[in-house]
Amino acid sequence: MNTDMMTGNLAAAWGARLADVDYVPAFPITPQTEIVETLAKWCANGDVNARFVTMDSEHSMMTASGAASATGARVFTATSSQGLLHAFEVLYTITGWRVPLVLVNVSRALASPITLEPDHNDVLAARDSGFLQMHAETCQEVLDSILLAYRIAEDPRVCLPAMVNLDGFVLSFTREPVSVPDAEQVKRFLPAFRPAHLGFHASAPQALGTAVLGGATYSYFRHQMHLASRNAFQVHQEAAEDFARAFGRRYGLLESYRLEDAEDVLVMSNAFASKGKVAVDAARAKGRRVGLLRLRVVRPWPGDAIRQALHNRRGVAVLDQNLSPGLGGILYQEIAASLYHDKQRPQALCSFIGGLGGKNLSEGEFQSIFDRTEQAGVRGTGIGPVLLYTEAEHREMEQLQFLAHELKTRG
Amino acid sequence: MDREPPRFKERHQLPRAEHLFPGTPLCAGCGGLESLRLAAKVLGKEVVYVNAAGCFTNLATFPFTPLDASWLYTTMGSAPAAAQGVRDALDVLIAKGRLPREENVKVVVLGGDGSTYDMALSSTSGAISRKLDFYYVCYDNEAYGNTGVQWSPATPFGARTTTSPCTIQSPVGATQDKKDIFEIWRAHKPPYMATVSPRFPLDLEEKFVRAAGHAGPKLFLAFAACPTGWLFDPAHTPDVARLAVECGLWPLKEAVDGEVIHTYLPTLTPVEEYLKLQGRFRHLFEPTRQDAAIRHIQERVAFYWRQVRES
Repeated sequence: MNTDMMTGNLAAAWGARLADVDYVPAFPITPQTEIVETLAKWCANGDVNARFVTMDSEHSMMTASGAASATGARVFTATSSQGLLHAFEVLYTITGWRVPLVLVNVSRALASPITLEPDHNDVLAARDSGFLQMHAETCQEVLDSILLAYRIAEDPRVCLPAMVNLDGFVLSFTREPVSVPDAEQVKRFLPAFRPAHLGFHASAPQALGTAVLGGATYSYFRHQMHLASRNAFQVHQEAAEDFARAFGRRYGLLESYRLEDAEDVLVMSNAFASKGKVAVDAARAKGRRVGLLRLRVVRPWPGDAIRQALHNRRGVAVLDQNLSPGLGGILYQEIAASLYHDKQRPQALCSFIGGLGGKNLSEGEFQSIFDRTEQAGVRGTGIGPVLLYTEAEHREMEQLQFLAHELKTRG
Repeated sequence: MDREPPRFKERHQLPRAEHLFPGTPLCAGCGGLESLRLAAKVLGKEVVYVNAAGCFTNLATFPFTPLDASWLYTTMGSAPAAAQGVRDALDVLIAKGRLPREENVKVVVLGGDGSTYDMALSSTSGAISRKLDFYYVCYDNEAYGNTGVQWSPATPFGARTTTSPCTIQSPVGATQDKKDIFEIWRAHKPPYMATVSPRFPLDLEEKFVRAAGHAGPKLFLAFAACPTGWLFDPAHTPDVARLAVECGLWPLKEAVDGEVIHTYLPTLTPVEEYLKLQGRFRHLFEPTRQDAAIRHIQERVAFYWRQVRES
């Protein structure tokens, strides 16, 4: 096992390489490009024994991915943002085919206005598609999650595609030390893909994705997908244990950071959780008992684990790096729903919206979140959604607006 | 160009085995289904049909399928991309020794004109450009049929559909000419492409046999007379399919590496005969005759065949 400095994108390509994939349909989109560029090179020079093909769109890319997986190949692909949305119809279509491919999404905020920087409206838009979802905080976790994702997705108890999410720029283009697992050890952890239920064979014709008549038949298949997704809890636990034994790194559905004696808890996901951990350390240094809960597996939704992690806390702040206009934070809603029936639920649940389009989360903002969450906890009523925006950012925006107005009116 | 002599001179020479069996949920008299039945006689059963949303999606309704081959329903816009995934995966698995060569199947896209002419054009263009080894069969009934007969870019000038209605202000119905998908395909230089009509079964099956000799994209545009959408008695499907060819509106042709050959020279009967068979054109004749519109259709046909003769 050797450790290299690599970007999140390169770590993702290594994940596919170590998983010994057969097929990589691709379509480039910033900030995912380094993943497909790397795999194109490796497929061309024989480092990866897979066919690489550039498709005509993400819609086609996802269709080819699902179809190849349905034929019995191990498939890897990657996209981002608008690309994920362009493929949206196909996400739902191929989960119905029950094909265990892995898709890496490099999170990037959605147009309009168009930008390249990250938030999670893209990946969370796909939360109802049936894909399993793992959200990574570090480059190491990107690589590891891809291996875990194949192992879980291909398990006969699950048979659903999986999505591994990493933040654009913040992780995709940031170098971190990554320990690259030994290929032989990976083969033992992730056995070769030999699906019994998939494939189009001359001697055994089968029909896939057929029409159904009536809600009862439709519901049966949809219920199956739900139950299979819930099976992924147990399968994840088994896989994570094997993974820890083989590679020494342990992953849970959630990650607890300094939670043990925490009165107030900040809930985050993905790479900005690293900023949250630094903020927790800073607050702890000032004597505050705060901690962080990082959501890692988002589908299936680990409601029980979240409930347990938030038992008897005073205040809980959910920092959503996404915005459902007219509602607020998406993860806040899901956490609130999970806590509703819990008699020991936190005194207050607060919703904060930050980091949209890669907007920074400052020390001051974290401090304000901790202050307001503590007050809410003492009071016993939550707040939000609070749209985080600093005065400095507001002044800068006013200057841009002034400039836009000047340019328009004075030609 | 030297062409092989035809294999099928008489109907009794056609393959006898059936691979599309009776009892489908499609409409009585579906001309598209007859094309598929005839094509399947040549394609055989070692096939995976990759279907785009359309009338034929109803063929495989859980737990039934009238085909003895495999089936994959995809989306309206990306069946050729699914064909790419299936073909590539089969090739990879065979090359890696994980699938015995004898388990190989042909990949056949089945799409209607709505998918073929517009929504799937990008994925079709991509698949042809990548020289994907597959068949594409478009059953062209000149409208979005499965949704209740709305205008599609394959709808011919003068046809009435539910979204190209005939009104006082717009008495002709569809005012656009049918999109020339054959020429769009041909610009990609696929090794084999052809138009077919089920009323010309020898020609149809001959073309599927000839196509089999070409690796790469093999594209078929099949005339799909549609009693439900075109408003004629299902018993008249063969007559409509025959007259469409004879009046020159549906040329039977093929293109090998882009070079076009007409495989049947029609008698060029007046288009009126063909139009009058169908309710979708009735407004061109009743209550008042729309001479300009009928003339436009006739002139387009004459122009086409004049070009053919001059080339």
